[in-house]
Amino acid sequence: MAGIPHDHYEPKSGFEKWLHSRLPVVSLVYDTLMIPTPKNLNWWWIWGIVLAFCLVLQIVTGIVLAMHYTPHVDKAFASVEHIMRDVNGGHMLRYLHANGASMFFFAVYVHIFRGLFYGSYKAPREVTWIVGMLIYLLMMAAGFMGYVLPWGQMSFWGATVITGLFGAIPGIGPSIQDWLLGGPAVDNATLNRFFSLHYLLPFVIAALVMVHVWAFHTSGNNNPTGVEVRRGSKAEAEKDTLPFWPYFVIKDLFALVVVLVVFFAVVGFMPNFLGHPDNYIEANALATPAHIVPEWYFLPFYAILRAFTSDVWLVQIVQFVTFGIVDAKFFGVVAMFGAIAIMALVPWLDTSLVRSGQYRPMFKWWYRLLIIDFVVLMWVGAQTPSELSSWISLIATAYWFGYFLVVLPLLGVIEKPLPQPETIEEDFNAHYGAKSNAAE
Amino acid sequence: MLRKIAITAISALTLAAGAALASEGGHVEDIAFSFEGPFGKFDEHQLQRGLQVYTEVCAACHGMKFVPIRSLSDEGGPRLPEDQVRAYAKQFTVVDKDSGEERPALPSDNFPANDGAGAPDLSLMAKARAGFHGPYGLGINQLLKGIGGPEYIHALLTGYSGESKEEAGSTFYENHTFSTGWIKMPAPLADGQVTYADGTEATVDQMAKDVSAFLMWTAEPHMMARKHAGFLGVMMLGLLATLLYLTNKRLWAGIKGKKSA
Repeated sequence: MAGIPHDHYEPKSGFEKWLHSRLPVVSLVYDTLMIPTPKNLNWWWIWGIVLAFCLVLQIVTGIVLAMHYTPHVDKAFASVEHIMRDVNGGHMLRYLHANGASMFFFAVYVHIFRGLFYGSYKAPREVTWIVGMLIYLLMMAAGFMGYVLPWGQMSFWGATVITGLFGAIPGIGPSIQDWLLGGPAVDNATLNRFFSLHYLLPFVIAALVMVHVWAFHTSGNNNPTGVEVRRGSKAEAEKDTLPFWPYFVIKDLFALVVVLVVFFAVVGFMPNFLGHPDNYIEANALATPAHIVPEWYFLPFYAILRAFTSDVWLVQIVQFVTFGIVDAKFFGVVAMFGAIAIMALVPWLDTSLVRSGQYRPMFKWWYRLLIIDFVVLMWVGAQTPSELSSWISLIATAYWFGYFLVVLPLLGVIEKPLPQPETIEEDFNAHYGAKSNAAE
Repeated sequence: MLRKIAITAISALTLAAGAALASEGGHVEDIAFSFEGPFGKFDEHQLQRGLQVYTEVCAACHGMKFVPIRSLSDEGGPRLPEDQVRAYAKQFTVVDKDSGEERPALPSDNFPANDGAGAPDLSLMAKARAGFHGPYGLGINQLLKGIGGPEYIHALLTGYSGESKEEAGSTFYENHTFSTGWIKMPAPLADGQVTYADGTEATVDQMAKDVSAFLMWTAEPHMMARKHAGFLGVMMLGLLATLLYLTNKRLWAGIKGKKSA
C-alpha cells in the first residue's frame, strides 16, 4: 500500500493489546482519524463532511418519518398530513428531511465540481471518483423515489414520466417498465416498492461512502496544487501534511455549522421554496398537472433528456440509420444517462498530465464555461418547452458532451501549463508564510 | 473559480423555484400578511374572522378533510376556547367510524370532506398554489415575496369581472386570476356577506384577506413553532460557528506563519 508514512496505533495497556490481537478496531479508528492530510487544503475541501452529515441526517429523520408514514395510495398523502399536524415535531422532521435532500444535492454538486477543477479524478484516484459517481447515481435514485412517497401530484406524475423513460428502451423497454412499476401504471405496487427501496438505498450509499473514504485514504487526498505529498520518509511527509484530527476535523466542523445556519434558515423560514406547490395536491391519475417538473437537482439532466426532440437532425439521422429502433425518446434517455456516465469516464478523457486547474490557463476558461453551462441547463430544465428553450437546451447539452469528449482530450495536447510548486510545503508557505519555529 | 462556484450556488438556489414556474394566471397583488417574515405571527382575530368566512361561505361547497376541528384551539392558531370548539363542531354531521351511523361532529373529528359540488378540498390550498413566479423562471420573486399561496387565493376571490358564459351545459365565470380566465365557481363573496363579531367591516377585500390567512393556517398549522425552531437553530448554530471559528483560528495559529506577501 502506497500510503503516506505516518505513526500507527500502538496498543499500550494489557486490555488494548488483548483487543488489538483479536479485533484491531481501535487501530482502524486511530489510523482513519490521524491520516496525514495535505495542509494546504482550501475551503472547497469541506463538502465531504457536509455530505457525511447529510447522509446521517437523512437516515435519522427518515427512520423516524417511516414510523408514522403509510405506504398505501389511499393513505400516504393523509399520513404525511398526519406527520405535519399531529406527530410531535413531525413538521420539522419532514421539512428537515425534504430540505435535507436539497442540501445533500447542493453539497454533492459542489463536491463534484471541486473534483473536476482540481483534477481529483486523475490517477491514482480513479476508483475514488468512480465510487463517488456510483454514490451520486444512488442518491438520484433515492431522491427520486423519496419524492414519490408523499403521493402528491408531482410525486405521481414524476414517477409516471421517469419510469416511462425505461419504457423507451427498444424491445424490452415496456417489460422493464412493468417490472419497475409492479403493474401497467403507477399504483400501490409502485408506491410500496419505492418506499422499500427508498429505505434501503441510503444504507447502500453508507457502505459505498466507506469504500470512497477507504479509496482516498489509500491514495491520499488530492489538494489545490495537485502536487503529491512527499512520501520518502515520515519527516518529509510531515512537512506537507497535518493529521486529520484535530486540524481538519475542527476546520470542517466550522464549515459544516456555517452551512447548517443557512440550512436551518431555509427550513425555518421558507421550507417550501424548493418544492413544488402541486405536490400539496393529492395524486390524481385523471388530472395531469400543466407542467411536470422534477426537483431542482434533476433539472440539468432533465434538460438534456428533453433537448433531443424528433426535429433535431442528429436524432433523425440516428433514427434513419437504426431503422427507427432509436427514436427521439430513446435518444433522449441515452443522452441523459450518457451525460452522467461521461462524468464517470473523465479520468480517461482528460489527457493533461497536470492535475490542478490552477496551473492550466486554457482549462480554466473551459471549466468556467462548464459551470455556466450546468446552471443554464438547470434553468432551461424548468422552462416550458418553446422554440428558444429547445435551442438553448441543445447548445447547452452539446457543450456538456463537448467538454468531456473534445475539450478535455484536446487541452492536454495543446495547452502549455503554468509552473507548479515543487512541494505542498512550498505552496502552503507561499500562502501563509513559513513558520520558522514549529514549537508553540 | 471560487467565484464561479459561489455563483452556481446562488443560482441553484434561486433557479430551484423556477421549478414552480408557470405562465398561468393574471396579476397577483402582494399582501403584507401578519404571518410573513421570520418573526411574523398569525393574527388570531383574523384567523377567527377567516374561520367565519370559511364556515358561512366556503363550507357550502368545499371541504377541509385534513384539518382536525380540535386544532382550532391550538397555540399559534385561531385559539378558540375549548367549549366554543365543541359547540362549533356540532354543526357538522359525520359518519362515526365504529358504528357507521351519522352523528354530530366532535372536536376530535376532522372538518368534513365535501366534494359534492366538485370543489377542491381547501386544507392545503394555500400551499398548493403559487401567486408569484419568475422573472424569467429564476424564482427571485418567490424568494423575495414568498410563494404567494394566500395572495393567490385573495386575488382569485377578488378577481371576478361579473361576466359569465354557458359552455357544455356548465356556467363559467370570468376571473382574471384563474389560469384559463374562466372558472366554474361563481363569485362567492359580496360586501356584507358575513357579519363580523369584532365589528370589522365585511368588504369583499377584507373577507378575502381573512379567509386567505385562515387557509394559510389550515395548510401550515405549526408555522409559528417552525419559525421559532428555525430562529433558535440559526442562533445556536451561529454561536457554535463563532466558537468553532475561534477554535480553528487558535488551532492553526501554530501552523500558519505570518503572511509574507
